Amino acid sequence: MARGVIRTTCPYCGVGCGLRVAADRTVSGDQDHPANNGRLCSKGAALGDTLANDGRLTYPQIGGRNTSWDDALDRIAAAFTRTMAEHGPDAVALYVSGQFLTEDYYVANKLMKGFIGSANIDTNSRLCMASSVAGHVRAFGEDIVPGCYEDIEAADLVVLVGSNTAWCHPVLYQRLAAARQARNTKVVVVDPRRTPTCEAADIHLAIRPGSDVAVFTGLLVHLAENGVCDAAWTRYFASDFAAAAEAARLSTPSLGDAAAICGVAAADLARFYELFAANARTVTVYSQGVNQSSAGTDKVNAIINCHLATGRLGKPGMGPFSLTGQPNAMGGREVGGLANQLAAHMSFTPTDIARVRRFWRSPRIAAKPGLKAVDLFEAALGGKVKALWILNTNPAASMPRAGQVRAALGACPFVAVSDCWPTDTTRFADVVLPAAAWGEKDGTVTNSERCISRQRAFRAAPGAARPDWWMLSEVARRMGFAAAFSYESPAQIFREHAALSAFENEGQGRRIFDIGALAALSDEEYDALAPVHWPLPRGTAAVWSNAKRLFGEGSGFATADGRAHFVPTPYRPPAVATDARWPFLLNTGRVRDQWHTMTRTGRVLRLMAHQREPALDIHPADAARNGLDDGDLARIESAHGATVLPVRLSGDVREGELFAAMHWTDQFTSAGPIDALVGAAADPVSGQPELKATPVRVAALAARWHGLLLRASDQVPHGPYYWGRVPLERGHAFTLTGWEPLPRDRGSELWISALLDAPAAAELVIYADPARGTFRYASLVGRRLDACLFIAGTKSALPSRDALAALLGKRIEPQARTLVLAGAAGAAGAASPQADGQTICACFGVGLEALHRAIANRRLTSVAEIGALLRAGTNCGSCIPELRAILSRSQSESAATA
Amino acid sequence: MVGTGSRRRERLVVVGNGMAGMRTVEELLSRAADRFDIAVIGAEPHPNYSRILLSSVLAGEKTFEDIVINPRGWYEHRRIGLIAGCRATAIDAVARRIAVDDGRTVGYDKLLLATGSKPLVPAIPGVGLPNVRAFRDIADVEAMIAAARSKRRTVVIGGGLLGLEAAWGLQRRGMAVTVVHLMPTLMERQLDAAAGALLQRDLEARGVVFFTNSQTEEIVGTERAEAVVLTDGRRIATDFVVLAVGIRPNIDLARSAKLDANRGILVGDDMATSDPNIYAVGECIEHNGQVFGLVAPIWEQTKVCAARLAGDLSAAYVPPPAFASLKITGIDVFSAGALAAADDGDEEITLHDAKGGLYKKLILRGDRVVGTTLYGEVADGPWYVRLMHDKVDVASFRDQIVFGRALAERVSAEPTPRDSAARIDGAGMHRAAELQWHAA
Repeated sequence: MARGVIRTTCPYCGVGCGLRVAADRTVSGDQDHPANNGRLCSKGAALGDTLANDGRLTYPQIGGRNTSWDDALDRIAAAFTRTMAEHGPDAVALYVSGQFLTEDYYVANKLMKGFIGSANIDTNSRLCMASSVAGHVRAFGEDIVPGCYEDIEAADLVVLVGSNTAWCHPVLYQRLAAARQARNTKVVVVDPRRTPTCEAADIHLAIRPGSDVAVFTGLLVHLAENGVCDAAWTRYFASDFAAAAEAARLSTPSLGDAAAICGVAAADLARFYELFAANARTVTVYSQGVNQSSAGTDKVNAIINCHLATGRLGKPGMGPFSLTGQPNAMGGREVGGLANQLAAHMSFTPTDIARVRRFWRSPRIAAKPGLKAVDLFEAALGGKVKALWILNTNPAASMPRAGQVRAALGACPFVAVSDCWPTDTTRFADVVLPAAAWGEKDGTVTNSERCISRQRAFRAAPGAARPDWWMLSEVARRMGFAAAFSYESPAQIFREHAALSAFENEGQGRRIFDIGALAALSDEEYDALAPVHWPLPRGTAAVWSNAKRLFGEGSGFATADGRAHFVPTPYRPPAVATDARWPFLLNTGRVRDQWHTMTRTGRVLRLMAHQREPALDIHPADAARNGLDDGDLARIESAHGATVLPVRLSGDVREGELFAAMHWTDQFTSAGPIDALVGAAADPVSGQPELKATPVRVAALAARWHGLLLRASDQVPHGPYYWGRVPLERGHAFTLTGWEPLPRDRGSELWISALLDAPAAAELVIYADPARGTFRYASLVGRRLDACLFIAGTKSALPSRDALAALLGKRIEPQARTLVLAGAAGAAGAASPQADGQTICACFGVGLEALHRAIANRRLTSVAEIGALLRAGTNCGSCIPELRAILSRSQSESAATA
Repeated sequence: MVGTGSRRRERLVVVGNGMAGMRTVEELLSRAADRFDIAVIGAEPHPNYSRILLSSVLAGEKTFEDIVINPRGWYEHRRIGLIAGCRATAIDAVARRIAVDDGRTVGYDKLLLATGSKPLVPAIPGVGLPNVRAFRDIADVEAMIAAARSKRRTVVIGGGLLGLEAAWGLQRRGMAVTVVHLMPTLMERQLDAAAGALLQRDLEARGVVFFTNSQTEEIVGTERAEAVVLTDGRRIATDFVVLAVGIRPNIDLARSAKLDANRGILVGDDMATSDPNIYAVGECIEHNGQVFGLVAPIWEQTKVCAARLAGDLSAAYVPPPAFASLKITGIDVFSAGALAAADDGDEEITLHDAKGGLYKKLILRGDRVVGTTLYGEVADGPWYVRLMHDKVDVASFRDQIVFGRALAERVSAEPTPRDSAARIDGAGMHRAAELQWHAA
């Protein structure tokens, strides 16, 4: 390895790609990492662009003012201690993140469950993975992904369910595409939307949202009726096949019934069933479309049932495969950092509680599951949770019913938030803590295939930013738990985590999650740790070939009877149905180049270029019925909230359905997070909310004016208009669309100055054509273009953002000040003004430079010749003396040089 | 007597040795060099000079020699009789002769009156004091220059074009200058409030003091003017006063010939007065109810008049759009056509850079330009005048038009008309007549 190159892992999705960061901060794929073998996606490739520290939180803040770590940590410890004393441990809560490193997770979980004594620690993985966890536990007795990425390449059929793999797990999609090229892998996509993933699909089943269970109960019926089931599994390796098969038959007695529920052609469904039946080497990959559902756990089990029935798991090219969304959702699950887990794949049984308490030497320990995400914020709103610390996540944007979550954050007596950048959530915090970001902290992550990798620091954190494990340990010490939280390094925490996984872990009821072999790593070994799959019990050699696939022999399940379990999954539709009042079903999801709530990717120009602004996808037929054209504003409303978004006509969504990306927040658009509209009906088993099926209504909103605003400041505008922000090299661009008439006269000046956010010293250049509704403003500070605003009646009358962006922050020459307002042509001129110099002939507007050029190029020798060519001096004649002087000067100059 | 073989030349007498009269003579000579024997009677003892540039002489930027248009040799070379420093006192239109104040009588076949205008003098006490001057001719300029050598303070009454040029010239010559102006903003006949405010700010930055919204009650002093007292009682001590409240056509001589006159000498489209042998051009005339003070319409008059004198009976005068500009070095002002939106049908486009000292306004009616006011950047003024004149539909480049021709032509599908001032003829320049400026 070249000198100065650091190996680490990507902070985005759950594929967990290995990276090499060079000394000059260029990022490339790590060819030795099993997840990606050198590949990278657009987001990962742009990681080097995310290292700018502008806007970072760099100091602890109390009430918005910078303060010391001591003050901030004391404040949190005091709030927690006082709340525990007055209201009991369940009045305290942590809400954490799949962006946490495993070490952060371990300390948070230990503090909450083992020392505060409540299980009120939940994580944004609740929004992401909880249904898969629950499904795994129901089927296998423990949260286990049986296969590995290589299975996708070894399969003859890959079924992608509720997964826009091409955009959300791009490197795995690349691996699939390469395999398909090489061995003609069949690909079936099950998704209500025609996503880019469908490009490589043999069959796309555009099912009705939430009908996934019916696809797989129909499949189970088909497999059973066509003798495709594997008798060893249905009879000996697994339990409850008959009950599951019976439930499947009740839901979907025939192919036609399944097709009717799913809203797809029976022939297409039949083709899929036949493909599945015919290909032993089948992997079913599923992601948020399965998990984020009020029937998410049943969807998972309906899929697993089909793999159990055919014995297709834990063998090369076979198995159900849950793709995690976040880089370390898996690490969090291993730690047990969810409210319904205790720790290290142990649950709230008396035996497990006693064991963990022994290991931690806890003064008190949570004895029952805590509040899951949706319930946690409801409890904060209801006054049951009174002290809340949110780390590395943005629930004010990402939670369903985000408006209610904001109300809860406002109502909660004490809120602390740790993050790298200000977010919609930090606005509600009493104490804000600056967190070290990717590249600045050390630890481990686990990806979707149970592979533990090191994430390594390659630069210092800015200002006073620190890792989350450190903050958590410091608060624990200040609460009186110094002995149990005397961590000095991530390695020390990891060893304890590994030791807990191995603690009293043998014999009957053995836990599969066991990485005891890593409990004795030296600091150096930890630093050098190569990617490694678990389980990895003590005594296992670092050669871990057996760990990549589990259960293939029909054994090893962590259930009481040692068998896998079929789970009956009767089909039920989404929790809330559309009706005349709420006729559309709103789906939410992701776009290729953004991650979560854009705190990182929203800062990268080239990532914003893929889709600059939020949009509401609507089928053209629905758009026509509602008087909407592409780009028009629509007001979209649910029972939980309303917003205004520009619509995008798209045949990729089904009629009656809408789609909006979940990334955009108040920091980027007036529309705010779409999750403010999304309902919080949760899966009864996993508690995961239904984020992809909310009944809404849509109404066209006539645009009265359009605007384009560029400025150095990222201050968000406020008004009766839609706005969307994209970062620029030196500032920010906002597009604006108003649905109310522009304010007039005095009101307009206030409104304009607020939009421009111009400092008092700013000099304004103003263009106004009120009859046409055209207004343009440039604000110059210290001769540099600080802001400019263009308003017009039509979008096409606005200038190009890129031409103006080139000028923003740049010095504007005096003669170019007004050119800035002349649109694209003017901007080009302003960048390189062609000066005509001082006006000599006022009648014909002939400048000194123009005269010099004409005299030199055309060899003019008299005032008459100048007049004939340029007309200068032929009207009032006032400039003739100057013309004579200019001529005589240029003649003497050319004589001198001759 | 002249021999029978040679036809006697007609006699043309020109009263007024100013810009309009001499331009007519030049035009005439270029068309019919031998048609007339020409005599010029000029009240000033100087050859023909550019009255427009008097401000530049006052400001010390030019000498009198610089602004002479036609030196004495020019008259001699063309055998034009120049009677300079003499005043024509009466016309006998029946006998076709003119009395001159040196006792001579000059006979004519055709007479051209180019008597110009006279300064308006307000009816207030003290205007007759010796150190109170108008700003009209080179003698006034010389008086002001002399005052600036020995005196410290001056008050200029009138914040129009002339008053401001006088103020600037005297400021340049070291005097402490105060301008008293009746209206709230300067040059209100050519500039709207925004441009007027920029102008005031720029002049204040150069040291000129302004009393706007201020009317002069009297000029006090016994031997000499000592102070200007305003109607609100404020008193401005001074050593010198310049009157620049406006001009009116000089029609004294025409009245002696019983020529039809109103504000000015009435002329038809052929530039002839009510006496077919007597023509008139320049600031002394009134045509279709308009009087003139700007150069472009007057140049057009001289062409028509010369053509008529040369025998072209088809030549007819149509007033072209006029435009005004201010001769203060470093301050560029251009104004033409409508000053502000007149009604709901009129639309204004403005571009305003207060700090940068730039203001541009266009008045549009039905996507046609009908007026413009430019401050700070005037290069495109003539182009706008051309657009006005040609009634060009500017809809296709309306969003760029105020930024000037270069930009507008980048977006306009078709090239826009080339700028032109001299060739402009026509267009409803209703304000042109109201612009009072020393042009001819």
